[in-house]
Amino acid sequence: MNAAVWIAVAMLGGVGALARFLFDAALAERAAGPFPVGTLAVNLSGAAALGLLAGAALHGATLTIVAGGGLGSYTTFSTWMFESQRLGEAGRATLLWLNVGLSLLAGLAALTLGHWLGAVL
Amino acid sequence: MRLPRLDRRELAAIYAGGVLGALARVELAELAPHGAASWPWATFAANMAGALLLGYFVTRLQERLPPSSYRRPLLGTGLCGALTTFAAVQLELFEMFDSGQLGLAVGYAAATLAGGFVCVHVATAAVRRTRLVR
Repeated sequence: MNAAVWIAVAMLGGVGALARFLFDAALAERAAGPFPVGTLAVNLSGAAALGLLAGAALHGATLTIVAGGGLGSYTTFSTWMFESQRLGEAGRATLLWLNVGLSLLAGLAALTLGHWLGAVL
Repeated sequence: MRLPRLDRRELAAIYAGGVLGALARVELAELAPHGAASWPWATFAANMAGALLLGYFVTRLQERLPPSSYRRPLLGTGLCGALTTFAAVQLELFEMFDSGQLGLAVGYAAATLAGGFVCVHVATAAVRRTRLVR
C-alpha cells in the first residue's frame, strides 16, 4: 500500500464506521425491539454493495480503498456476534438463530444479487 | 429518515476508531492474501480478534466501569466494528461456492460463526469473573 492508498483507506474506514452508526441508530429508533434489525440492514446493504463492486470487476487500489476501507468498515462481524450472544443470554433462542441464519443466508443472497447486477451493468 | 441527536465528540470517537480498525484489517489482508481455494486467514483473524475485543470492551464498559460517553463509540462501534467485516466473509463464501469449494465454504462459515460466538462468550465471562472495581 502506498501512502495515498493508506490515507484513503483510513479516511473511508472512518466514514464507513460513521455511516454504520447513523444508519443503525436511525433504524433502531423506528424499529425498537429485541431483534437487532439495524445491524442486519447495515450488513445486507454492505454485502450487496461489495457484490456489485466485485461483479463489476473492480480491482487493485480502488478495490482496496472502497471495499477494504469503506465497506469493510461499514459492515461488521463483531456486533453481529455480540448481539447474537446477548440474545442467547436473554433466553431468546429463536431470535438468536434467526439473527445468525438470516444474516448469513440473506447476506449471501444480497451479495450474489449485487454481483449479478455488477456484471450486467 | 429522522436521524438521532448527534454528539460531535461521539461521532469523532467513532470516526477515529473506524480509521484504526480499517487500517489494521487492510494491513492484515495485505500480509496474508488468499485465493478462492484457500482459507481467508486475514479476515478470519480480524473477525475473531474483533469479536473477542468487543465482548471484552462492552461487558467491561456496561458492567464494570463508570459510564463514559466516548469509550464505547471509540472502541466498540469504531474500532471493533471496523476491524471486523461481514461483507468480506460473504464475498469469500461466494467465491468459494463459485469455484466449487463447497466443503471449504461450509467449514469457513461454520468456523466463523462458532468462533465469533465463542470469542464474545469467553471475553464476556472473563470480564465477569473479575471483581467489581468502582
